[in-house]
Amino acid sequence: MGSNIESSKMVQNGPERVHSDKDPMLTYPYYVQRLRHETHDTFTIELRPARAVEMTPFSPGQFNMLYVFGLGEIPISISGDPGNQERLIHTTRAVGAVTKAMMKLKRGNMIGVRGPFGTKWPVKEAMGRDILIVAGGIGLPPLRPALYHILSHRKDYGKVSLLYGTRTPEDILYIKELEKWRARLDLEVFITVDRAKGDWRGNVGVVTTLIPKAPFDPDNALAMVVGPEVMMRFSALELQKRGLTADRIYISMERNMKCGVGLCGHCQLGGVFVCKDGPVFRFDQMKDVFTKREL
Amino acid sequence: MQTLEPLLASHPFLKNLNPEHVKLLVGCATNKVFNPGEFLSQEGEDADLFYFIRDGKVVVEIYSPEHGPITIQTLDGGEILGWSWLVPPYRWRFDARALETTRAIVMDGKCIRQKCENDHSLGYEMMKRFAEIIADRVEATRLQLLDLYGK
Repeated sequence: MGSNIESSKMVQNGPERVHSDKDPMLTYPYYVQRLRHETHDTFTIELRPARAVEMTPFSPGQFNMLYVFGLGEIPISISGDPGNQERLIHTTRAVGAVTKAMMKLKRGNMIGVRGPFGTKWPVKEAMGRDILIVAGGIGLPPLRPALYHILSHRKDYGKVSLLYGTRTPEDILYIKELEKWRARLDLEVFITVDRAKGDWRGNVGVVTTLIPKAPFDPDNALAMVVGPEVMMRFSALELQKRGLTADRIYISMERNMKCGVGLCGHCQLGGVFVCKDGPVFRFDQMKDVFTKREL
Repeated sequence: MQTLEPLLASHPFLKNLNPEHVKLLVGCATNKVFNPGEFLSQEGEDADLFYFIRDGKVVVEIYSPEHGPITIQTLDGGEILGWSWLVPPYRWRFDARALETTRAIVMDGKCIRQKCENDHSLGYEMMKRFAEIIADRVEATRLQLLDLYGK
């Protein structure tokens, strides 16, 4: 437990933690309300409690442990609207045994849920600032709750930009919602893909190339970045090149989260436990960890 | 009559360039509008030009008989198209096509090369600026090659 104390010290000025009185190891049964395929390998699952329990409200940035009975439990970021706590929504990619089985679930099937866990996006600290939300690939779902919050409190923020990069046009998530966001006058949406055929009329290039195009005041902006670690590293470098300081860049990490409360040590990364001290971190707290091969 | 000098000076690529150097560049510049579908460059042709894109969108692509045109990159207002004019044998390596109505300042590469030879301080300034663009694009290409969002 000693390292727990150290990790707490290391991130004491980092993103705010959320406390819950519920037993964090207790799994609650939930029914699948809806399952929607977003792309060929990603899906959104909507859950409702199987019995009347008081759900712990989640904050943008937090994750749940979802348990497919008989197969295993995995951490998945919450991607729903924090203003609507009645529904629990997660979007993920089918890559392993658990997520592949989860993608085959039907309405009415049961699933286990523990959580919510982890730190949250700094939506309060971001008030009054220009906001850059930078998402790569499957990194958009963990950021969506923050965007929902910002849009529902739009007057509290300056210019807001969503920069989103995917592999191909076919991999773009939440297409209908992106179209609605694009139609808003108080949100700039930039989308790019890494590769495209001739019929694609949007941007082609990595997501970092969108950063110079976004309108923001570098002295009064805050960025939230999620994607593969290399993408987050290079996005942070580009943001710093544009004048943002590392303490105003937030990232969300993913490691082998198991217990969700910093006990088992599976997700230890240097001096922190990603499940408890993260997944949302300030970039200046993690930038040295990023480039260490041993971690 | 309005000259291209203020337009050139306001392009991000030339930000903070010595006004005397901007004046030198104006002599090599023309203003042009490209309609959607119109080519700005075609692979293999002489690269005597490059473009300061003012607004619109340009797609850089390579044509493959198997897959048709494959987009490598898109460029918007404030960006620059073309450095083949700077490097022998001065031939375009890719096609570039306006995706939407695009306004650009067309620069005569031969003219600029000559001016850079005559005025090395202008040449060094142009090289520094192009080196930054090339470095950014090499980095972006490397990230694209990593296929970061794959499984």
